[in-house]
Amino acid sequence: MNTLFDKIWDAHVVSQVPDGPTQLYIDRLYCHEVTSPQAFDGLRARGICCLRPERIFCMPDHNTPTRDQDKPIADPVSKAQVDALARNAAEFGLTHYGMMSPDNGIIHVVGPEKGLSLPGMTIVCGDSHTSTHGAMGAVAFGIGTSEVEMVLATQCILQQKPKSMSIRIEGTLGKGVTAKDMALYLMSKLTTSGATGYFVEYRGSAVRALSMEGRLTLCNLSIEMGARGGFIAPDETTFAWLKGREFAPKGADWDAAVAAWRTLRSGDDAVFDREVVFDAAEIPPMITYGTNPGMGMPIDGHIPADAAPKALAYMDFAPGQALLGHPVDYVFLGACTNGRIEDFRIFASLVKGRRKAEGVTAWLVPGSWAVKKQVEEEGLDRVLAEAGFEVRQPGCSACLAMNEDKVPAGKYCVSTSNRNFEGRQGPGSRTLLASPLTAAAAAVCGVVTDPRTLL
Amino acid sequence: MKQKFNIIESTCVPLPLENVDTDQIIPARFLKATTRDEKFFGDNLFKDWRTRPDGTPNPDFVLNDPRYGGCILVAGKNFGSGSSREHAAWAIAGYGFRVVISSFFADIHKNNELNNFVLPVVVSEDFLEELFAGIAADPAMKVRVDVPAQTVTNLATGRSEHFELNAYKKYCLENALDDIDYLLEKKDKIERFEKDRECWK
Ligand code: SF4
Repeated sequence: MNTLFDKIWDAHVVSQVPDGPTQLYIDRLYCHEVTSPQAFDGLRARGICCLRPERIFCMPDHNTPTRDQDKPIADPVSKAQVDALARNAAEFGLTHYGMMSPDNGIIHVVGPEKGLSLPGMTIVCGDSHTSTHGAMGAVAFGIGTSEVEMVLATQCILQQKPKSMSIRIEGTLGKGVTAKDMALYLMSKLTTSGATGYFVEYRGSAVRALSMEGRLTLCNLSIEMGARGGFIAPDETTFAWLKGREFAPKGADWDAAVAAWRTLRSGDDAVFDREVVFDAAEIPPMITYGTNPGMGMPIDGHIPADAAPKALAYMDFAPGQALLGHPVDYVFLGACTNGRIEDFRIFASLVKGRRKAEGVTAWLVPGSWAVKKQVEEEGLDRVLAEAGFEVRQPGCSACLAMNEDKVPAGKYCVSTSNRNFEGRQGPGSRTLLASPLTAAAAAVCGVVTDPRTLL
Repeated sequence: MKQKFNIIESTCVPLPLENVDTDQIIPARFLKATTRDEKFFGDNLFKDWRTRPDGTPNPDFVLNDPRYGGCILVAGKNFGSGSSREHAAWAIAGYGFRVVISSFFADIHKNNELNNFVLPVVVSEDFLEELFAGIAADPAMKVRVDVPAQTVTNLATGRSEHFELNAYKKYCLENALDDIDYLLEKKDKIERFEKDRECWK
């Protein structure tokens, strides 16, 4: 009790249904094109509109191509979903950042960067990686389509309160180790169901030391440990990052907001249902070898002898095998995990003055148009171009390969996304999840490489 | 499909398999649909089990067996595991099932069923075994699900069990109300809640 999770949750309880769930008020609903069409149909069938359209923001991201976004989408099924979202948003009076709008991008990148996701909020979206917004100090979680309809109609949701878990990481990360490695390390220790039923608060000096981009990466991956969501208490890093963003409070409202946000922390006497502690110094650059994100190991390690045979058969790996030096066909930088400006800076810093390896296909996909613009303003696009890389147009892209960016069957892709499930990046594709730095090292060497050897 | 629940008496469709996951209930390729057309999802329930690779009906699958029918699906332990897709519940409802009986349901899927007016009834392993045996011996045997009394009865043997259902959900099912109807009634509460909040929230 007395955790930050309790505080935010309790502040949003509208009512307690007798012998039933809690009615929770939702500050922000995001809609993308895949999980929302049936929810809008539901509203039409009931003949009702949205209670608080000003709290709802829509944007297509899953189906958008990463080239020629100014032309119609070629795949008719993708086009139908993207068009349906635009129509629904117009009909129900919702803000819609359509394809080619300078505000468009992956929801979990756009929400924070526009200051739409703020500390102390409750945030939902029909998407499991909604946990990303927890980095702002918000309670954010993914929901189903009926629940999307529920929030569209009433700005509330009926939920059972999850248990709380503290993951504390103390100390300093080593050279060449990023927030992504931190998350892959946690998953490898806790497994993909280690936090099932919990809402996670990330704490400790190593978490505090992360930039906002790093925090967004860490919270993004909460769901891959089975957690309902994960968040970080807001602090000066959060406030400095948010100040001046489009939807962040302004003037006196800003001062009042920051004063209130400063109280958003777990009490010293807070009791969590479960607590775990890790030492940041022990976290190496990580890479996955299997078909779920929990199947990760140190980049210079060996595949465990007891690794699941079905996963190794799919990946064509053997127990005890090292991955260093293993050929790489594709490299993907992007997704709501690592498609932010800092990820492009990290990637560019390593490839600067080097060349993309022959035979490697690299997809560098910014998480939003704003990220793409900043990449250009900082001159990173030139650094990348000189090294043989092209920056594409924003979207989910090869993270789930709903557009045409598909990794061919049997090919290996070092990817900064969040899921390495069978077929996730295209039928038969083989995904090695890693940090932007490790992805950059693979891209210039053409084989799995320890990025620390290139720093 | 919103409908009132009271007492349901029906023959059963048996699916004595454990860990039936939502990918099997509705394969991923049907997620690209932009409508919630009941017939579409119902027609594609268990699609890859129902049809052979050449597209003809698989005579070995229970949905194609004329001896079995009714609005109660009886399934093995851990029904609805895997992906959280709500489309799985749409397919079950669209096919015409109103009740699914099993000894364990995956959490999210169970909620998805309830949100779509399909009642998940959790029974003991024992009771489930007896049901499967009874249906195998006589496909015409019936089961009674009494929602007001929260009991499920094997009418062949007379054996009855109590099942859990929270008071709120029971009220919703008995009155054909879903969560949205409930919340819409609470509009004044929502507005009162909003009034007391800071403007930047
Ligand atoms: S980038 Fe990937 S994980 Fe993130 S919202 Fe898109 S598809 Fe989902």
